Amino acid sequence: MKRLLAATALALSLLAPAAHAVQPDEILPDPTLEARARALSQNLRCLVCRNENIDDSNAPLARDLRILLRERLTAGDTDDQAVAYLVDRYGEYVLLKPTTHGANLILWIAGPAMLIAGIGIAVYANSRRYRRVALPPSPEVLSEQEKKRLDELMQQ
Amino acid sequence: MIVELGHFALILALVVALVQSTIPLVGAHRRWSSWMAVAEPAALIQLLLVGFAFAALTWAFVTSDFSLKLVVENSHTLKPMIYKISGVWGNHEGSLLLWVLILALFGAAVTLFGGNLPTTLKARVLSVQAMIGVAFLAFMILTSNPFLRLAMPPMNGQDMNPLLQDPGLAFHPPFLYLGYVGLSMSFSFAVAALLEGRVDAAWGRWVRPWTLAAWIFLTIGIALGSWWAYYELGWGGFWFWDPVENASFMPWLFAAALLHSAIVVEKRESLKSWTILLAILAFGFSLIGTFLVRSGVITSVHAFANDPQRGVFVLLILAVFMGGALTLFAARAGAMEAKGIFSLVSRESALVANNILLSVSAFVVFVGTIWPLVAEMGFGRKLSVGAPFFNAAFTPFMIALALILPIGAILPWKRGNLRRAILPLRGALVLSLALAVLIWSVQTGRSALGPIGALLAAWVILGALTDLWLRAGRGTISDRLSRLTRLPRADWGKALSHAGFGTTIFAVAAINAWAVEDIRVVKPGEPFALGPYQVTLTGVDEIQGPNYTSHMATMTITKDGREIATLHPEKRSYTFARMPTTEAAIDYGVTRDVYLVIGDQQEDGGWAVRSYIKPFANWIWLGSLMMAGGGVLSLTDRRYRIAAGARRPANAVPAE
Repeated sequence: MKRLLAATALALSLLAPAAHAVQPDEILPDPTLEARARALSQNLRCLVCRNENIDDSNAPLARDLRILLRERLTAGDTDDQAVAYLVDRYGEYVLLKPTTHGANLILWIAGPAMLIAGIGIAVYANSRRYRRVALPPSPEVLSEQEKKRLDELMQQ
Repeated sequence: MIVELGHFALILALVVALVQSTIPLVGAHRRWSSWMAVAEPAALIQLLLVGFAFAALTWAFVTSDFSLKLVVENSHTLKPMIYKISGVWGNHEGSLLLWVLILALFGAAVTLFGGNLPTTLKARVLSVQAMIGVAFLAFMILTSNPFLRLAMPPMNGQDMNPLLQDPGLAFHPPFLYLGYVGLSMSFSFAVAALLEGRVDAAWGRWVRPWTLAAWIFLTIGIALGSWWAYYELGWGGFWFWDPVENASFMPWLFAAALLHSAIVVEKRESLKSWTILLAILAFGFSLIGTFLVRSGVITSVHAFANDPQRGVFVLLILAVFMGGALTLFAARAGAMEAKGIFSLVSRESALVANNILLSVSAFVVFVGTIWPLVAEMGFGRKLSVGAPFFNAAFTPFMIALALILPIGAILPWKRGNLRRAILPLRGALVLSLALAVLIWSVQTGRSALGPIGALLAAWVILGALTDLWLRAGRGTISDRLSRLTRLPRADWGKALSHAGFGTTIFAVAAINAWAVEDIRVVKPGEPFALGPYQVTLTGVDEIQGPNYTSHMATMTITKDGREIATLHPEKRSYTFARMPTTEAAIDYGVTRDVYLVIGDQQEDGGWAVRSYIKPFANWIWLGSLMMAGGGVLSLTDRRYRIAAGARRPANAVPAE
């Protein structure tokens, strides 16, 4: 049933005359409150759209969500409270920036972990290359060990 | 009749591809030259056959042959001619045909321009290429045949999605496919090299132009798509991290990495197995992109479950080609002995760092794109991964890339000195820091995004200039200037591409940091202020287009009482596709675009109007164009034109 509703809403949103993203009548009189609403809207998903936030979306549902969000902010909610209110009703699907709870940790860590792994593999491969092909002694620069050995020899 | 012939040609092409994918391969293995010789005529015949099929489908679209299902679903007699032609590839089946046509085109190009390739390598490359052809021809004929007829042809068609009826988007897919399919060339070369068991400088020199060409096409294709989104979707966004965009962005990132590592193979005979792996991955991600887009799995898991046929077929293609290539890689890569060694501070190491950053960033895009799918199937969580995630997770890699780029670009091969490399860059460093501080103090109180973007951009661009200047050698300024003009084109290409990267970084930061937006109800004749400009709506007219009706507004922009532009933003309604679209009107400028959108009429007679100032918007695509232009310069370098890839047997190291 829920899916049917979503599908109907999607169909309606496609056929309805282009109601634009944020409408003039939605804008709050208080500019700081409005700025907060705009910033939050960009991280909230229009549920019936394809990868669109409610700030940019033309769908009627996105408009409802924008108005709902502004009502919460006007009622005195903090940013977190207002978002939590929407997540309670629509699930975490509404968040365009996923939380770091549970399995989502994998999503957030994947990049940094891969970077560290990449650097590790590169350094390992390089040292192996060195071992395979003996580095011809460099004419100018001495390694730390060589320097130490040289110092020892000089002092003798 | 022509349609049936086209259909027949397509099936014949599959048969030819089957022959081309087996006979030359056996021939190369057994060293039978007559069997290897089959490859070249087969590649040319394939091009003729697929070309004929494509022409037949185009003919059906141009003449509006509504007995063809595809034409009915995607065309209309009143549609302008250019969109009748672009309608051929503006749908799943037709775009596959274009894909296969380009594949055949590249195969024929190897036959015609690969004169100096060793016979066995050429036979193997063409064979692998034909295997890809077999897979996609079978995919098309079995699941997505463009030549299906209707028993009861309707009087007229259903028209194409109006969003696609646009010059920017008409040519966006062909460029993207040229890119994807171009990467299949790198893949074929990589697999052929694994079969041959040898990779040397000459191989690097053959692979690089193909990769470069593919990357240039991808760059142009992606830029066209993003430019289209900017002016068509009605709020001036240019990149949304949509799965479909990511599908083209991942191969682009891998191709950029491959481009750089192939240089190391060509110049230093090192990083061979990594380069082979990258070539396999780059094409692999083209296929993954194809799967994500074509199977509908990303839009909804249910859409995929309802009609899994196509998705499963692409998944099968992906599994066979990636599985096969990676198995071959695992078996053979160990034998690719590196010749050149390098220290931690060297051009090679810098290029390795470039490769790590580019591939890991592509990996981040990949994980983010498929995460909703994984979370739903694996953890039962229905969630979204959107632009805020990608902005946070992807951007750091690009910042790191921009930071190391100028230093890496001037480090010497094999063994360098970090201090000696940074010394000539101190001018660039000081200037870019000064620029950032200047912008920081002028913009007062806005986000740090602007100054940081400017800092990185100036660092990269000035670094590219410093690199050129250093390449000009020592001596008087006039000596250096005259030497500058005689530098190889590859050096100019490198500098231009890197400067383009910097330009795009700056533009993206600027448009995000300094855009001005205004939303209001406007009554005709009442001016309102937008930044330094005055905007007046003079009137709204109803206009009848060829296949749409439109509300067209007339708006004038003035600055200090002087008229700057008169713009006509529109709100269109496409009659047959039954879809409304907005046509923003843009006054393009060097340092800013003024971007006007007309919305609905309000009860009090006013109109909802959204207006923006988009600073440095054009620089995004200017930067992309510079990147592509640098690629073209590099592609026309002397070393590719003259004796491209002349093999030096003395230096070639057999891997067995």
